Amino acid sequence: MFEFFGRKLLRLFQGTGEIVILLLQTVFYFKEAPRNLPSISRQLYEIGVGTLPITALMALFVGMVLALQTGSQLALYGTQDVIGAIVGLSMVKELGPVMTSLLVAGRIGSAMAAEVGAMEVYEEIDALKTFQISPVRYLAMPRLLGCLLAMPALVVFAIVVGVIGGAFVSSVNPLINVPVNVYYDNLIQALNYTEIFKGLLKATVFGCIIAVVGCYVGFKTTGGARGIGQSTTRAVVLSFLLIFVANYFLTRLML
Amino acid sequence: MSSWFKKILGHGNNKGSDTSGRTVHYEKPKGVEVRIANLNKSFGGHHVLKDINLVIEPNETFAIIGPSGTGKSVLLKHIVKLIEPDSGSIHINGEDIFRSGDKKPGYRCSMVFQTSALFNSLTVGENVGLWLRENRICSETRIRAIIQEKLRLVGLAGKENLHTSEISGGMKKRVAIARSLAVNPDLILYDEPTAELDPVTSDELARVMKSLRRELEFTTIIVSHDLNFALYLSDRVAMINQDGIVETGTPEEIKNSENPIIRNFIYTTTKGLKGE
Repeated sequence: MFEFFGRKLLRLFQGTGEIVILLLQTVFYFKEAPRNLPSISRQLYEIGVGTLPITALMALFVGMVLALQTGSQLALYGTQDVIGAIVGLSMVKELGPVMTSLLVAGRIGSAMAAEVGAMEVYEEIDALKTFQISPVRYLAMPRLLGCLLAMPALVVFAIVVGVIGGAFVSSVNPLINVPVNVYYDNLIQALNYTEIFKGLLKATVFGCIIAVVGCYVGFKTTGGARGIGQSTTRAVVLSFLLIFVANYFLTRLML
Repeated sequence: MSSWFKKILGHGNNKGSDTSGRTVHYEKPKGVEVRIANLNKSFGGHHVLKDINLVIEPNETFAIIGPSGTGKSVLLKHIVKLIEPDSGSIHINGEDIFRSGDKKPGYRCSMVFQTSALFNSLTVGENVGLWLRENRICSETRIRAIIQEKLRLVGLAGKENLHTSEISGGMKKRVAIARSLAVNPDLILYDEPTAELDPVTSDELARVMKSLRRELEFTTIIVSHDLNFALYLSDRVAMINQDGIVETGTPEEIKNSENPIIRNFIYTTTKGLKGE
C-alpha cells in the first residue's frame, strides 16, 4: 500500500515539476513572438473568436439563473434592489473567470492536447526536433500567448453578457421586478477597478493553466489513437482540477 | 556543381541572404562518415540494441535490413539524437554526437520518417520550406525557388499549394523527401520508406531515390524490412536481428551469403514472389 501511494506521490511531484519546466521554457520563447505572429494570431482566433458564441450562451444563462435564484430569495425580505450588485460582483469575481475557464478548458484545452498528442504519436514532433525547431517554441508558445491574450477578453465579454442576462430576468420576473436603471445603479456602485482587475488576473492565470496543461499532456501522449483520446480527457480533468485549486488560492491571496 | 544548384543558390555562389540583408550560408552538401561503436540500448527489460558496430563511408548508400522489432528504427533515431544510448558512441565525421553538447554540428542531417510526419496544418510547399523559414536561412524569394526545385526533384512540381490531406501516401512520402532535401543534408536517413505503400508506388519511390543519388552527394542510411528495395538502392547492406548485426556486405554478398539467418530472411521475404 505504501509503495502504491508512494509511487503516486512521486508521479505527482514529477508531473508538477515537468509542468513548471514547460511553463518556464515556454515563457523563455516569448522573445520569439514577433516572428511567430501568424501562428499566435491563429491561436488567438480559435481561442477567442471561436469560443465567443458558446461563451455568450453560457454567460447569459448563468447571469439569468443567478438573478433568478438570488432575486427570488431577496424578494422575500424586500431587498431585491441590490440584485445588480450581487450579479455584477459574482460575475466579476467568480463566475465570469471560472465558468469561462472551464468552458475554454473543455473546448480548447482538449483540442490542444489532441492536436499536440497526435503530432507526438505520428512523429511530427520528432520531425521538428530533427529540423532544429523547438517544439516548445513552435507549438506551446503560440498557444500560451493566445490563451493569455484571449482569456481576459473572453471573461470581460462573459461578465457583460451575464450582467445583461441578470438585468433582463430582474426586470421581467414578477417576483423580482427590479427596473434596469435601479439594477444598473446598484451594479456601478458595487463594482470598482480593483474587483475587475482581480477577475482579470484570475482569467490570465486560468488561461496559463489551460495552455500549459494542454500542451504538457499532448507532449506526453503515447499509444496511438487510444492514447490521444486519453490525453484529451486527462487535459480537461487536470485543467479543471488546477483551475479550482488555483481559484481558491488566488481568492485567498486577494482578500 | 550542377546548373540547377547554381540557379538555386544564385550566380554560382552558396550564399543567401535573409530579409534583413545578412548573408547566411546554404552550403553544398558533402557526404559524411558515420561510425557506430558498441551501441547498446534497452527499454525497460528489453535489450533492443546489442553491441552495434557499423562504419558507413561518405556518400555511401547503406541499408539496414531485418525483421520487425529488431531495433532498426531505434538505431536511426540514435543517429539523429532523438534517443541517447545506454552505452557506446556514434561519431559523424570524427565528432562524437552525444558529447558535443549544444555546439552546432559540422554537418546537416535530416530524416524521412516512416509515417512521413508531414504537418497537417501546412500545405505541401509550407512543409518543404519549414526548415528554411523557421531557421531563417535565406530570403522568401529564394525559399520559394528552393521549394519548387526540391518538389521538381521528387516529381511533384507545381503541387506546393496542395494540402497534405489532398495527396496520396506515395506523394506524402515524396513530400517528406523533398522536405528533407530542403535542409541540403550531408546525411539523410530513411525509416521504412516503403511502409504503407503498394508495390507500384514503392518502385516509383525507389526510382526517385536512385535519381537523387545520381544528382546529389550525401550519405544515405535506409532502414527497411523490404529486402528488394534495400538491395536495389544500396552500396552495402547490414542485416540486424535481436542479437545484433548478423552480417555486412554488398547486395551481391548478402544475396549469396551462406549465413542461415540471412538465407531464412531472404526466403521468408521473397517466397511470395516464387509463387508458393
